[in-house]
Amino acid sequence: MSRLNIELPGLSLKNPIMPASGCFGFGREFSQLYDLNLLGSIMIKATTKEPRFGNPTPRVAETSAGMLNAIGLQNPGLHKVMSEELPWLEQFNLPVIANVAGSKEEDYIEVAREISQAPNVHALELNISCPNVKEGGIAFGTIPEVAKNLTKRVKEVSQVPVYVKLSPNVSNIVEMAKAVEDGGADGLTMINTLLGMRIDLKTGKPVLANKSGGLSGPAIKPVAIRMIHEVSRAVSIPIIGMGGIQDASDVIEYFYAGASAVAVGTANFTDPFVCPKIIEELPLLLDQLGIGHISECRGRSWKANELFAHNRA
Amino acid sequence: MIKNEKLSVVSHKEIASRIFELTLSGELVSEMKQPGQFVHIKVSNGMDPLLRRPISICSINREMKQFTMIYRSEGRGTALLAKKESGQEVDVLGPLGNGFSEHEVKPGETAVLVGGGIGVPPLYELSRRLKKNGVHVVHILGFQTKDAVFYEEEFKRLGETYVATADGTNGTKGFVTDVLEKLEGSIDVIYSCGPTPMLKALEQKYSHKKLFLSLEERMGCGIGACFACVCHTADDPQGVSYKKVCSDGPVFRAGEVLL
Repeated sequence: MSRLNIELPGLSLKNPIMPASGCFGFGREFSQLYDLNLLGSIMIKATTKEPRFGNPTPRVAETSAGMLNAIGLQNPGLHKVMSEELPWLEQFNLPVIANVAGSKEEDYIEVAREISQAPNVHALELNISCPNVKEGGIAFGTIPEVAKNLTKRVKEVSQVPVYVKLSPNVSNIVEMAKAVEDGGADGLTMINTLLGMRIDLKTGKPVLANKSGGLSGPAIKPVAIRMIHEVSRAVSIPIIGMGGIQDASDVIEYFYAGASAVAVGTANFTDPFVCPKIIEELPLLLDQLGIGHISECRGRSWKANELFAHNRA
Repeated sequence: MIKNEKLSVVSHKEIASRIFELTLSGELVSEMKQPGQFVHIKVSNGMDPLLRRPISICSINREMKQFTMIYRSEGRGTALLAKKESGQEVDVLGPLGNGFSEHEVKPGETAVLVGGGIGVPPLYELSRRLKKNGVHVVHILGFQTKDAVFYEEEFKRLGETYVATADGTNGTKGFVTDVLEKLEGSIDVIYSCGPTPMLKALEQKYSHKKLFLSLEERMGCGIGACFACVCHTADDPQGVSYKKVCSDGPVFRAGEVLL
């Protein structure tokens, strides 16, 4: 009996571990390292209507226990993702979550309509929170009413459930979460990166060509945990958690906070084998914690204690 | 095949000012195919620094399952690496990237290997292989100053070797291109690795030759997934076509990518 399988809107996951969008390309590179069938799902690189080159380099800068990136949504565009990347992924028994990005409402809608028709795309991740794209995209992720309306419009055209990726760069994350839930979102993914900057000591100028970038990695995990802890109590749709996950204990912490599945991002860059390693470690950690099925961990941090036989371990 | 393995330190020493030569041993060495490939090193066991450090392979000894790399201790990461002692382990991911093709030049022909600073090391394995293939090798090595010069003797053992230093404290005063311009005899291929201004200068003056350039760029994953080290292709300098330095390169034919 599996102790890791999770059922979410549109997603029947053999385990709750998936690589986060933007940290795994379309899976080709990692498929040379291990069998992608091991993964619960894959969140593919953000797809926009037209191909994008992205930002000038340097696009990454290291920080303490984290990294800044300003890739700028580089991707081959909707047409190529539909005709090359998604068909290539069909060789795997892997439900795909397609990350949909844009700078105009119409672009989001067109990409969502098309990409949600691909046979292996089982859910969309609506990217309203990329901090590295200048053309007005930020409003979608920071103004609740705008986010709600976009969610509604995308839901109208999508053939599959829609998860909305929330930005942590807001003053009230619960308000944002409730807004997109009202807009019809089937789930949330959180958190995207935190806006940050590093300045070079020699030049006195920002390290990134884009000046600012998105902070990811272990440094942001406490922020994500806090936000998921708040949001999961306030909404009734499931959350896929992300931000600094490196090992099985991080996964359990996310579940305790209120997540129903997790995505691994930056850790893939440090250890490309991290996802299968976590999947292998999880049952052992569940044994240690005296937990039968991983879903029992969900929301433990805020559910009444008596619901858990947490002394049995 | 890319592998992740903890290799043990065979030897580690400072061979020039802040320049370290590190020899590691492990199974992963048998996967190393080409000179000019690199490895991605995790310098700390913890989360700080978080990312790996790309370091080029300087020489490969398949029989002994050892390889040597040479790096400059510059930032926090490489300073940590510099503390590793014999017997300790180093977390290595690799081999990564596409290196120099040694078959671009025939036996009896002349290959000029042009290196600048910390771009010099990968040319060493290349030179060894070319020499073994019967190619006439000429080395032009550029450094800032005499304290930064390394492997001069090693290269001399393989062939004609010229050193240039920016301040003139060793060899020719000036740049590697100054030496290259005065070089007599025919050149069949130029292989180069070093700072971008040097590569640009070579490309401007020698694009009519068979010229291969090894690029350097800030990297994230090192395997082509994160899109940190992307550059434009030369035929589409403003457009969306691209090459990834880590997985399409780091070695490119001159004129392939925009420097």
